[in-house]
Parts: sequence; structure tokens; C-alpha cells
Amino acid sequence: MSATSTLHPPGRLARFARLCWRRKAASAGALITLLMLLVAIFAPWIAPHDPNEQDILSRMAGPSADYLLGNDTYGRDILSRIIWGARVSLFIGVTSIGAAMLIGGMLGVLAGYFGGKLDRLIMAVMDMLLSFPSLVMGLLVVAVLGPTTLNLIIAIAFTAIAPFARIARAPTMAVKQRDFIEAGRALGYSDLRIMAVHVLPNILDEIMVLGSLWLATAIRTEASLSFIGLGVRPPTATWGGMIRDGFENMLDAPGLVIYPSIAILIIMVALNLLGDGLRDATDPKLRHE
Amino acid sequence: MNNPTQRPILSVENLTTEFRISGQWHPAIRDLSFQVQPNETLAIVGESGCGKSITALSIMQLINKSQGRIAHGRIEFDGRDLTACSEREMEAVRGDALAMIFQEPMTSLNPVMTIGFQIAEAVRYHRPVSKREANKRALELLEMVKIPSAARRFDDYPHQFSGGMRQRVMIAMALACEPKLLLADEPTTALDVTIQVQILALLADLKETKQMGMVFITHNLGVVASIADRVAVMYGGRIIEEADVVSLFEHPTHPYTEALLKSMPRVDQPRTALHPIAGQVPPITTDMPGCRYADRCPLREARCDVSVPPLTPVAGATGHRVRCWVRAPSPMLEAVAS
Amino acid sequence: MTELLNVRHLHKTFTVDQGFMGSQKAKLHALHDVSFSVEEGEAFGIVGESGCGKSTAGRALLRLIEPTSGEVFYKGENILKADRARMRALRREIQIIFQDPYASLNPRLTIGKTLAEPMLLHGVATRADVQEKIEAALTEVGLPPTAMAKYPHEFSGGQRQRIGIARALALNPTLIVADEPVSALDVSIQAQVLLLMESLQKKRSLSFVFISHDLGVVRHFCKNVAVMYLGRIVEKGNVDSLFDQPLHPYTQALRAASPVPDPRKKITVARIEGDVASALSPPSGCHFHPRCPKAMDICRKEYPVWRDVSLTRGVACHLYTEHFAPADDSPIDAPVQAPAP
Repeated sequence: MSATSTLHPPGRLARFARLCWRRKAASAGALITLLMLLVAIFAPWIAPHDPNEQDILSRMAGPSADYLLGNDTYGRDILSRIIWGARVSLFIGVTSIGAAMLIGGMLGVLAGYFGGKLDRLIMAVMDMLLSFPSLVMGLLVVAVLGPTTLNLIIAIAFTAIAPFARIARAPTMAVKQRDFIEAGRALGYSDLRIMAVHVLPNILDEIMVLGSLWLATAIRTEASLSFIGLGVRPPTATWGGMIRDGFENMLDAPGLVIYPSIAILIIMVALNLLGDGLRDATDPKLRHE
Repeated sequence: MNNPTQRPILSVENLTTEFRISGQWHPAIRDLSFQVQPNETLAIVGESGCGKSITALSIMQLINKSQGRIAHGRIEFDGRDLTACSEREMEAVRGDALAMIFQEPMTSLNPVMTIGFQIAEAVRYHRPVSKREANKRALELLEMVKIPSAARRFDDYPHQFSGGMRQRVMIAMALACEPKLLLADEPTTALDVTIQVQILALLADLKETKQMGMVFITHNLGVVASIADRVAVMYGGRIIEEADVVSLFEHPTHPYTEALLKSMPRVDQPRTALHPIAGQVPPITTDMPGCRYADRCPLREARCDVSVPPLTPVAGATGHRVRCWVRAPSPMLEAVAS
Repeated sequence: MTELLNVRHLHKTFTVDQGFMGSQKAKLHALHDVSFSVEEGEAFGIVGESGCGKSTAGRALLRLIEPTSGEVFYKGENILKADRARMRALRREIQIIFQDPYASLNPRLTIGKTLAEPMLLHGVATRADVQEKIEAALTEVGLPPTAMAKYPHEFSGGQRQRIGIARALALNPTLIVADEPVSALDVSIQAQVLLLMESLQKKRSLSFVFISHDLGVVRHFCKNVAVMYLGRIVEKGNVDSLFDQPLHPYTQALRAASPVPDPRKKITVARIEGDVASALSPPSGCHFHPRCPKAMDICRKEYPVWRDVSLTRGVACHLYTEHFAPADDSPIDAPVQAPAP
């Protein structure tokens, strides 16, 4: 027969540790994302040099003791620019996706909860938005409104609203069928209360998954826009901008292009792993581990 | 009734199936032993968590390998030990001599294939017959389970059938190769009573004409009374009482069986006081050295918490066994245990 | 005994999209001419099989589904005419318990929050005393006060059902619609919850509309019962009398098909064959005639008029429109001839 019962069932910390170990990829993704976030927040204290300080003598120099990743075409420290670039990318990414989540999520819940004409109207508008590829949309908005940080955020948020509306609508319709929603109506709760207190917390999982995956897309879009010159204006350090600057001198000083590219790669992979992990974690069928 | 010298079609001995939960193995069924005679209906009855469905899945060797395993035991079916069979050998047995039907026919049928095709497929998998012959047989089977206008419905899809009809289709598929034993896991639980009674009548009828054994798993004691020859009551992963159907209902001996019968409201009697069973079934992760019903049992004694009572024959009744220190003490074993 | 609830000629029709891309509209008569009354402190049962409309009827009483026509008199007031404000006040008095303990509680809220919400919203409790009231509510349904801080997934089905009952009682209602309250529970837990409901009924003088497909449970809990088939009530009356001597052939079949834990009363033959007809295109005349072992010519043509056969019994069946005595008075458990194919 099996051994006698454990006298000390594993504590919460131990269970969490085991969960992380089982989901190594997602945990790695989460960790890296967190690190990036910290780097972005503490950039002024972490960066070894001022990102805009030019050291002409070290133009396009390779890695050295003082400049760990070398210098760019203006002699600026690549490492510091990457660290400060993280700020731009993450700030724009988080705010744009945050706004999209809020607006899109609300629209999706309204559509799913009320159904009927409102649903059809909202979804028709969302369908229109969805038909624009995100990069083209971004290009359009920035070209028309001008390449400021705010406009970039608006542009990217615009493209992300429709997916969030979609991702919020279907679970809302499903949750609406559940008895506890009817119980709320039987208890006289207003529609607003039901949507805010009872529907929203139950669809948050799906929205969060999409949020992390779309954050990766947002960062990529920002980098792409910077690369073609429609991003945040120089001399502000942005990853896309750095690649653009170093493009012509790619063969002489490949580091100019490689290091910012790696930075973009890392954050995108991390966010995708995190998103996948969240999706698996929130899948009710896989919950029984 | 049954010839006692007949070899049982199914003989389960000391079967233990475990599941891995949070990294540890816990038994869902413990040292299970029972037999089914050919052409007999054994009902396995119990509430959720007692292990009855796991029993059927274990016999069919359908336990998900990533979550569970058969820790030990012997499952002898028609002379073969199924625990020693490879997956390929089992595939030849399943659907052929040993068949199973489930509770939810919608998820057990492929929604994108016609039912005629699915039944014919089942036939062709186990028998070397042509497509034509298989289709003919499939049609015969549909008529056997009394699907009205069977020829017309041959090319219909599962969603075009009602729950009761789908269950009949499931039965047709299961019986396609004339199994010697049918495992039925709550086949009527999801059906309305007037449909349930049709299905039960059909099963009883088929069992007679095909000389088939049946293991009928349910939580409904009323259904048990209606279709079973013998009954095994399960609790906490063990059989705690076993008897022929009349004996079980007239002389329920285990305190659990007795309490269960007293806690059921009946439509054929005016209102009486209900006596619910206090407490809950212990989760399978809880290890208990003694009887798993002890903490809910009004007859509990000290010895009940010490060791598990064996299945012991009840005095004055043949074929009636009970697992209880108080109701069926076994003097010799008791002396050893104390 | 005073009458608490009087339901009169309740109808509910749904329009359903049919045909290619929903080009055609069909009418589904979920409820047709449903009438019954419930006294103070009484438990009234509604039984039937899937699709009969019993759940729709229950929800219509609370206006969770808006009836198409008819009247629902609660304490003499027609609640179907109540405006939003009045309805909100009425919701304190009429509540509902659901079938599925795994769907009836918000998984993201603690039990405490689930119970506090209605109390605070309706002013039954203030922030100062809500904790105390929640503890009292939990104790009343047999749960420890520590349950307050836990989430639904930490409880078993039976315990969740108790929480659902506590929530329904939070506003001190007079009438509770119980929609299959014990059907999803194990037999031994069913008894626990039924006993709880009985004791609460006595203690608080509650009335129930008890919806179930399980005749045994209804016979135990209720005083009177209505049998529904395809949206209509086909028979109504005192539980004991109705289940011992059912008049309508459908009730007879339902009763005969309900298994009892007694091997001497084996059900060997199905009294009725076939499935319930579609509610979208019900058969003409009496909806039950295609499956009825006693169908007559008139059954195909006309729907039977309701007949009150006695003070406590009523039925809608042509067998009883000419005569006042049941056409078939053989005991319900007697062996039956299989209907001719």
C-alpha cells in the first residue's frame, strides 16, 4: 500500500516553486519581462553613461572596458542607449496596450452583455478596424498627426482595440449564461454592477493573455515605426532608431544593429512565453495538475 | 439461475488504481475484487468519488497514463489477464468481446461522421468484412436498437438525433461485434425518465437475446433495483457490500447502504422523515488506515479506525457479503488484528 | 390559509430563427396558459421532463424571463405590471435557488462578498453589522463562519448549494423559486439539503415553487404539484393523490417510469415510446396524442379543456371530459401491456 500520509503538506511557497519549475518557459518569460521592466524604470541609475553623450573619438568602436557594447556612429554608448531605449519601448507598449485593453475590453463587454443591435453595431465597427494591418494603421496615424510619443501611443492603441473587443465579447457571452449572473439580476443588481463586479473579473484571464501577446506586437510595431523614421524623434534612444542609424554601417560595425535587435528579440520572446504560459495556466481543462 | 460451475466472464482480483495528485500517488480504487458471470447483470452503485467509473476504465485499460496507473491487481476477462495485455492486444479486445457505453453520447460520437458510417467502421475494425457487408450489419444493428425509420436515418449525423436516440446508436456500436461483456457507465443518467425506461428495457432485452454479461454503473438505487441481478455497493474505492438484488434491498447490512436507502425520498410512498448521512466522502488524498466510512457511521467502534474490515459473508444469506467490523465480524481475522 | 401567489394564464413565446441564415421565424411556445396558485407557507411542485417549460415558468415568476402575457399576482399585486423601482423592492421578497452548484456562485468573489453584496445594496445591513449578519446567515445553513473568507472552489457541491440558499435568504424573502435545487447532488447530500430547506421553511414560514424532474423529491417536499408537458400543465393536484392515482396518461407514464429502490417493482416495459415532440411544431390537438397509449380520435383534433375533477385534482385530458371518474383505475404499479407497435 502507499506510504502513510504526509504530515506536512507542501506550503504555499513550495507549491509556487513547483509551479514555476513545471512551467519553466513561462516562468523564464515572466522573469525576463520583469527584469526588462526594472531596467526601464531604473534606467537613469543603471545606465553607465548618458545615452546622448557623444564621444567622437570612440565612434563605431567595438566593445571596450568603458563602453561594454561599443559605440554608435556618434560615439554614444550603445549599452546605455539600449537601456534607455527599453524605457521608450516599454512605456509606449504598456500605455498603448493598456488603453486598448480598457477601451476595447469595455466595448467587448457591452457588446457581449447586451447583444442585439448594440452588439451588431460595435462588432461592425470593430470589424472595420480589424481590416487594417497594424503597421499600416500606425503609419497612417503618425503620418497624419505627426511622430510624437502621444501619437504613437494612439496609433498603436487604435490597432489593438478591436482584438481586445473580440477577446472580451465571447467570454462575456459565455459568463452571462451562468447562473450567478441570473442570481444577480434576481437580487436586483443593475447591469452596470453585474458587468463590473461579476462579468469583468471572470473574463480577465483571457484579456491578460492577449495583453501580454499584444504587448510584444506593440513593441515590434514601435520599433518598426522608429526604423522607418516615423517613431520618436532623435536624439531620443529607441531600439528601432538605433537599428536605423546603424544600418548603413552594418558591415563595419555590426554591433550597431545586432545589439538593439537582440534586445527586441529578447523582450518579444519573453512576452510570448509569458503569454503562452498564461494561456495554459488559465485553460480550465489543464487546471488539474 | 446461474450455474455456479461456470467460469465467470470477468474476474477482478485485488485491483488498485492510483492517480498522481500534486506529485503523490493516491489510490482511487483499493484492492477491488468481484466477478461477473456470463449473462449476468452486475450493478456497481455508489456516489461520486467512490471509484465506480475508474473501475470500468481500469478494466478497459483506458486510464490516462500521464495521470494514473494500475498499481496492482488482475483483471481476467474470458480467460485472459488484461493487465498483461499490450495496447495493441487491448485494441483488439475493446469494441469486440468487451464493449463500453458512456454517459454522454454526444461526446462519444464523432459529430462530423454519419452514424451509419461510425457503426460500420466499428464492425470493419474487428471483422474482415467488405464495406457492403459492414453497412448491412450496421443497418441491422440500428433496427435492433429500435431506431425508427432506420434505413432513412442511416446517413444522419449525431446532432440530428435526440439524447435517447444517440444512446441507442451508442448501444448499436457497442454491440456491433457481439461482445461477451458490456460495461455501461451511467448510460441513462443524462436522460429523461421516460426515455431512460426505454433504454433500460432495450438493454435488458438485448442482454437476454445476445447472452451478454453487463456491468451497469450508476448512482441511482432505483435503476439498480430495476435492472440488476447482483449489486456491488462501493464507497471510498472499495466494495463495501455485495449481494443479489433482492437480498440487498430487503436486508441492507452495511451501515452505508442502510443509511443511503433511508435517505432517499420515494415516489411510491407518502412522505416520511429523511435521515441524511452526516459529513462527506473523504477525498482520495486522505489516507485512513481503517474503514473509510467510520467517521460518518453511527455504529463506529474503536476497531473501525484501526484496520480495514474484509468482505465477509453475512450470516444466514448466501452470496451476501459485507465489509464491516460491526455487522459482519470475522472472529478469526479479528483476533489477528487486535 | 391565505393565497400568496396566483399565476394566471401565463404565456411565453420565443421567436426562433430558422431556415437558411435565419430567413424564417418560428414561434416556440415555451409556456402556454399556465395557471396555478401557492398558499402561504406551502411548497408547490412543478414536475416534467426536459423541454416541458418548468424552468421557464420559474424564471417567469421572477421576471428573469418576461412573460408574453398573463398575470402573476403576488399578495394581490400583479407583479408583471410593476415598474423598475417597485420590482427592485419586490425582489427582496421573491428569490431563486439554482440547480448547478458549480455555476451559481461567482468564482472570483469570496463567500463573504457574495453574501454582503445584496445585503448592503438593499439596506438590509450596514457596513458596521454586515459581518455579523453574514455569520448568522452561514450558521443558519450549517456552514462555519470561517467560510466567509473562502472562495467557491474550496467547497463541495452540497456546501455550495447551502451558500446559494444563504444568498437567497439574505434579503428575507417570503417566496423562493427552487429550480432543481438538489438534482446535481449525490443522494446522501440531497437529503442533507432537503432537510435544511424543510427546517428553514418551518422557521421562516417560507413558500416554495419547487421545480424538479425527480418525483420522489417532489412528493417528499411539496403539498401540491403540477405536471407539465410541452409548455402546458396537463395535471395538477395534491401530491399523494396525484402520484398514487395519476389521471393523465402522461403522468401515469412518468410515474411508472420513475425507478424506486424496490426490486419487486421492476420496470420492465416502457409505457410510452418515442421522444418528446419538438416545441417548435407541436402535434395538433393534444400534444401528447402521438405517444399516448389511450389516444382517441378527438385527441388529434382538439386540445382538451381543463377539468377540475375534485377539490384537489384537475386534469386536461379528453378521457375526463365526458366522465368524472377515471377511465382506468388499475393501480399504478400493476404490470402493463406493451403498447402496440
